[in-house]
Amino acid sequence: MSIDISQFHDVFFKESFAGLDAMERGLLKLDVGAADIDAINIIFKVAHSIRGGAATFGFMGVSKFAYVIETMFDEMRNGQGEASVESTNLLLDAVDVLREMLTAVQQKMETDDDRIADIRQKLEAMMADNDELQADAEVTQANGKQSIRESDISNIGWIIEFSPHRHLFQTGNDPVRMFRELDSLGELTIEVIDDKLPPFTDLDPEDCYLKWILTLRGNVAESEVVEIFEWVDDDCDLVITPLSHDTVKPAIIGEQIPVTSALQEVIADAGQLEVADAMMLTLLPTEITSNTTEQATKEKSTPAKAAASIRVGTDKVDSLLNMVGELVITQSMLSQIGENFTPEMLPLLIDGLAQLERNTREMQEGIIRTRMLPISFAFNRFPRLVHDMTDKMGKKVELKLTGEQTELDKTVMEKISDPLVHLVRNSLEHGLETPEARVAAGKDETGTLQLKVFHQGGNIVIEIHDDGAGLNEEKILSKAIEKGLVSEGEMLSPEKIHELIFLPGFSTADMVTDISGRGMGMGVVRKNISSLGGTVDVFSKRGEGSIFTLCLPRLPLTSAIMDGQTIRVADENYIIPLISIIETVEIKAVDVKRVLGKGELYKLGDEYVPVIRLYDVFNLTPKITVLEEGLLVIVEGEGQKNGLFIDDLLGQQQVVIKSLETNYRKVIGISGATILGNGTVALILNVPEVMALYRDPTLGKMKLNNDHAA
Amino acid sequence: MSKLHTMSDPLDLIDQKKDGSEQYLTFLLDDEEYGVEILRVQEIKGWDKVTHVPNSPHYLCGVLNLRGAIVPVVDLRLRFGMAARVYTPTTVVVVLKVDGITQRIVGIVVDSVSDAHAVLVAAIKPVPDFGSSINTDFISGLVSIDNNMTILLNIDNLLGVEALG
Repeated sequence: MSIDISQFHDVFFKESFAGLDAMERGLLKLDVGAADIDAINIIFKVAHSIRGGAATFGFMGVSKFAYVIETMFDEMRNGQGEASVESTNLLLDAVDVLREMLTAVQQKMETDDDRIADIRQKLEAMMADNDELQADAEVTQANGKQSIRESDISNIGWIIEFSPHRHLFQTGNDPVRMFRELDSLGELTIEVIDDKLPPFTDLDPEDCYLKWILTLRGNVAESEVVEIFEWVDDDCDLVITPLSHDTVKPAIIGEQIPVTSALQEVIADAGQLEVADAMMLTLLPTEITSNTTEQATKEKSTPAKAAASIRVGTDKVDSLLNMVGELVITQSMLSQIGENFTPEMLPLLIDGLAQLERNTREMQEGIIRTRMLPISFAFNRFPRLVHDMTDKMGKKVELKLTGEQTELDKTVMEKISDPLVHLVRNSLEHGLETPEARVAAGKDETGTLQLKVFHQGGNIVIEIHDDGAGLNEEKILSKAIEKGLVSEGEMLSPEKIHELIFLPGFSTADMVTDISGRGMGMGVVRKNISSLGGTVDVFSKRGEGSIFTLCLPRLPLTSAIMDGQTIRVADENYIIPLISIIETVEIKAVDVKRVLGKGELYKLGDEYVPVIRLYDVFNLTPKITVLEEGLLVIVEGEGQKNGLFIDDLLGQQQVVIKSLETNYRKVIGISGATILGNGTVALILNVPEVMALYRDPTLGKMKLNNDHAA
Repeated sequence: MSKLHTMSDPLDLIDQKKDGSEQYLTFLLDDEEYGVEILRVQEIKGWDKVTHVPNSPHYLCGVLNLRGAIVPVVDLRLRFGMAARVYTPTTVVVVLKVDGITQRIVGIVVDSVSDAHAVLVAAIKPVPDFGSSINTDFISGLVSIDNNMTILLNIDNLLGVEALG
């Protein structure tokens, strides 16, 4: 009979976390200008739904805390209380606490009760302040609202006579839930009146015969009480009377029973009568399961990790479904052709296979799209980060985000998140100056930090652009000399000096602060990014700022199916990712130039591109050595163009990338392997690595010579 | 080869363990007999065309598609510095499970597989020290089978990540 509500927990947590993010964004917006009523409304709604949800699932701690926030914003919404810098910061802390509480409940871990209590106290203190201010203001205004408000402030509680109509349960309303909400407002005592309960023989189990008298003690506004009963307004008689000082005597209220026990008793009564009251009986198990969940939460401290999941837009799923439909049609068409095949049907078969190919390709692209998320997921935390850090450092910074809707694979996104934070922190800490320094340098007091995302070829480019001081070349150089990375007296171009910051363990921060300079360094950033197949570069000009450019593949290499061009060189077949190929040309002898009689260049339009003889870098026995007899594939990698000299172009096909490392090891110049239609293995070229190998042939041979067995 | 299937019976293997012996698969390179632990053998297959890996050590024939996995194949003759032999369809590839940081699958090319033998652990002799002339890291011991010396290989050292170049 009872529904296991724990199955909805996951949805609740996901929605709550998303809501908290929205709340944080809203709060940061508040920070910028005067009270923005839309933002306040959003925050209020989020707090409200988290409170409601948490109460439903029995996470009372979370619910109560969310309630404090909700009240605060409700007041703001009504024009009381102002968004000041302190209140925003406090509320941001409150959001953090709420997030921690939710995480704790989700992973069944302990919560930091002291911190929760501390923040809660501060919130309540601030609300009290606001109330005072408000009361003062209203007294001076002496408007009509004053009396109501004042009565609210001075009230000590309410007596609520709740007499539901008989059909209350049929409307799906649950008194326990309402009582629980009331309980969260103040101290609640409940008296149940069962004088209407008919003899068992006349009892209709689906009707409500009970009525309750609730006494709520505490500084609660009437509107809050009314709000709780909003849904049952038409299904009950409700009398709310203020609790006056003389009514507080227990004698008048009579027998007091706490919420749960009151209901349990009622239900126990019903149980004795052996009445299967559907509504009533579901109440109890819910109560118990949710209570035990919270208890279990405290007992178990081993974190339970939720499985990773993605939210996918229904449009994406719908289009996938459409594709499946087409695939099924193609499949039935093909099987029809196969049933009684005659040679005349060959064109039909070829058409069908072409369609099948199109279908599978679309399908594959569709599935890849479901893994793509807008980069705003990674950017979400930056407004907060910038807010907190600038606050701490006394800087003024405006954050500009462009192209946040650019989509990126989920795994890539997860891996760039930390490096991105590091770069943003660096820009805030080392790049942008204090307002005084900026004014002294003749710049606007407020610095700008811009995050720009755009597509370039098959890659995603993220630019982190600050208009701060730029990299301090002397400082970097002296640090590098100090660390023995550069010998003294060595002359380096500014670009070379900038490159030094990417060396492992290099950090110029004068002091290790809690903000940055903890040694993660740009070296780690570069390592992380290149493990994804991306690059990081810096462009900086003293006094004008720096630009860090991240160039990332849209897809992680390992999960990708990609288009490949099969080529032949010296009896071996290799696959070049189609994405790297710009064009393929037949070589004319006149266009081949030499540098120092060795380095070959090919004149392509008005540029000269180096010619890489693939058999040379791979140490193969060549079949064709005369340039005119082969072909030149112009490839691009890391922004550089090169020509790969090959014997012949073979077909183009889609390939599934398999790792060579699983059973063998990393091979320089090769990004992986794939299995061709005939079952043999073909290796996939890694164009940037092939170029590196061409520049430094020892890269590939390093391990060759030092290992001869026996 | 013919005895192989009887040896793969797990109960047999447990019985053998009890009397302090281990099963070894032996094979020939020239006229030297080598043995590897039979539990490390995944399968034995005929020679198939492999794909050459650029800039790899000369003893690495290339990589092979083993039911979707990319598996490196090492020519044991070349690995031991013996003369190369032309591969024919009767050339045998022994596919082994090599332990390291992760378990990897590596194939070795041998002249022919001879037999599966139970070897008493107590009967395994240590490898004499050849000084620097012969690297014995990948030999786990010597044992006499039918009056013939068999060299037992430590495949984790022989085919480990570092050793594959």
